Amino acid sequence: MEFLNNIFVNIAQWIRELLAALGFSPVWVEMGMAVVYLVAILGVCVLVALFYVLWERKLAGYIQRRPGPNRLGPNGWLQTIADAMKLLTKEDVVPQGADRIVHLLAALFIFVPTVLALAVIPFGEGMAALDLNLGIFYLIAVTSLSTIPIFMAGWSSNNKYSLVGSMRAVAQMVSYEIPLVFSLLGVILIAGTMKLQGVVEAQSSVWFIVLQPVAFVIFLICAIAETNRAPFDLPEGESELTAGVYTEYSGMRWALFYLAEYCNMFVMSSVAATMFLGGWHGPLLPGWLWFLLKTFLIMSCFIWFRWTFPRIRVDHLMNFSWKVLVPLSLANVFVTGIGVYIYNNGLGWW
Amino acid sequence: MKTQTYTLNFGPQHPSTHGVLHVVLELDGEICVGSKTQIGYLHRGIEKLVEDRTYPQVIPYTDRLDYLSGMSNNLVYVQTIEKLMGIEVPERAEYIRVLLAELMRIASHMVGIGIYIMDLGAVSAVFYPFIEREKILELMSHISGGRMTFNYMRIGGVAYDLHPDFYPELDNFINEFPRFIEEYHKLVDDNEIFKARTKNIGVISAEKAMSYGLTGPNLRASGVDYDLRKISPYSVYDRFDFETAVGKNGDCYDRYVVRMKEVEESFKIIKQAYKEMPEGPVMAKVPKLIKPPVGDAYHQAENPKGILGCYVVSDGSPKPYRVHFRRPSFNNISIYDELFIGHKIADIVAILASFDIVLGEIDA
Repeated sequence: MEFLNNIFVNIAQWIRELLAALGFSPVWVEMGMAVVYLVAILGVCVLVALFYVLWERKLAGYIQRRPGPNRLGPNGWLQTIADAMKLLTKEDVVPQGADRIVHLLAALFIFVPTVLALAVIPFGEGMAALDLNLGIFYLIAVTSLSTIPIFMAGWSSNNKYSLVGSMRAVAQMVSYEIPLVFSLLGVILIAGTMKLQGVVEAQSSVWFIVLQPVAFVIFLICAIAETNRAPFDLPEGESELTAGVYTEYSGMRWALFYLAEYCNMFVMSSVAATMFLGGWHGPLLPGWLWFLLKTFLIMSCFIWFRWTFPRIRVDHLMNFSWKVLVPLSLANVFVTGIGVYIYNNGLGWW
Repeated sequence: MKTQTYTLNFGPQHPSTHGVLHVVLELDGEICVGSKTQIGYLHRGIEKLVEDRTYPQVIPYTDRLDYLSGMSNNLVYVQTIEKLMGIEVPERAEYIRVLLAELMRIASHMVGIGIYIMDLGAVSAVFYPFIEREKILELMSHISGGRMTFNYMRIGGVAYDLHPDFYPELDNFINEFPRFIEEYHKLVDDNEIFKARTKNIGVISAEKAMSYGLTGPNLRASGVDYDLRKISPYSVYDRFDFETAVGKNGDCYDRYVVRMKEVEESFKIIKQAYKEMPEGPVMAKVPKLIKPPVGDAYHQAENPKGILGCYVVSDGSPKPYRVHFRRPSFNNISIYDELFIGHKIADIVAILASFDIVLGEIDA
């Protein structure tokens, strides 16, 4: 049990010792470890995305009373791999009149915020590549960067659908950033730290979803909006803008956007699991497995919402953020602040 | 601040223009300030083509007008010729026609409603009605061999009597359908996002709807109680007990409500027609070579999309001199350009879908 729980920490330790034993100086050992972490994070990220693409199609199938992909491999579980193969072999079209460099770079940049964010996520006890003091602050800062590649994609495509989509994306992501941050503030107030490991440790007795249910709901809504998923998929908005910002992308570059969407969802659900669902805490199973199970639960919720709700309209979307979510999250911070003050002054939770 | 409007070509290659409708939108940001609907991408010249076909040979062409309700189109055409020639159709054939026309109405509305809600972003909503539609198409293929292009009705009756397999499957459908209606109402009616997207969007007043010549559910959603099945019953519609579905506000939500109500009423007619269906021949005595007397005839019927009219001029030869169809979708979309102005892109999609148009019919 203890062995399974620490298996990845031990592997990292073993690699570190190996590098040191090979005679590298401490600086080089650290550099080597950075590469190891990066490879591990990218591996997890891509594997998870591949799995969730398929899981989404399966779950959507069950919601829609059809079997979903079931031809390739056992029960269709190899479908995504085949799709990725197909997309790799397709022509990479850059439309005439597009800003070529920006157009091509956008598909790569979309991954940067995701990978940066995953650096601080604690997958288990002691299993974060970086354990920053300002972990949550860093997380919020890097995830809001993902607006830029989407706007790059929309702007450079030289297509009106893309442009409208990217303008929607910017407006939406900026608006939903604010309630998202405020919803996390409540957790920070209770935990008393911005360190992600610290937040998880603070939840050893009670998960914050119990103390902060309103913040959890606000966070979930904002996370969907931040990842541009239905019912907030206005930047893509298939029935309105054909494919929105992704209209002019083809082949693997389109697939990169698609993959990044799932990685982003994974990041957001990891944050939700860390901040509200007690991270790696859980009985019997190893910590990292608990963490993955919790993210799986939240991801499944995302998928469930996507295949049940109609798309919200652009002005309703903004109204909902500024008139409902922002005041509600501010009120939540206020109430939490009073509660924490009373608790800290020795009155307890009654 | 000085801003510039821009032109957006909405279609003909677009997921929610229901085929190849082309709308040139003049947009100010998200808001439409001008619109020009362009049609003709699916024009096959059916009216001209049929001038070179004999009268029975025209029937398959009508299947391809509104390809989601082939049976109803067949019915209008054959009834026009029967009117022209004064043919008396056997009782059983009339009942079969009504039964099939109402099944067709349900099938067509299932597509209309499903695609409508899918265009609002709820993709799952399309699958549930399509399952019901599938059952109807299976029923149709039992009697005619085709799933969408039936060529089943004949001048003077119908091609064949109902297939023995048809009865148990229809029983099955009648048993299962009410559960679907109930379920779908639960899934869609009170969805807050759906209501926000459709209530008070694309409002058409009763006067405006009439002045533009709207027909069918789109007219009735505006509160005009005009249903040919009630007002001038053709075939045997006067024998059945049903209500017309009438809306109030003429907005997108009412167009959904009216369609759902119509499906329920059609279901009532189906049950009655099935129960009261008499025995007997399904084909009247008609000459081998159909040569209507010199003259012309106009007949119209309440199709799923609206009033389909058929005007036939005969010069006494075996081929029609001229055939003209009054296609409901063609008249219905005439209001688009006016209706779109002031709405957002998302609303335009909602309005477009709420009309339930079929391009095969618009372009003919």
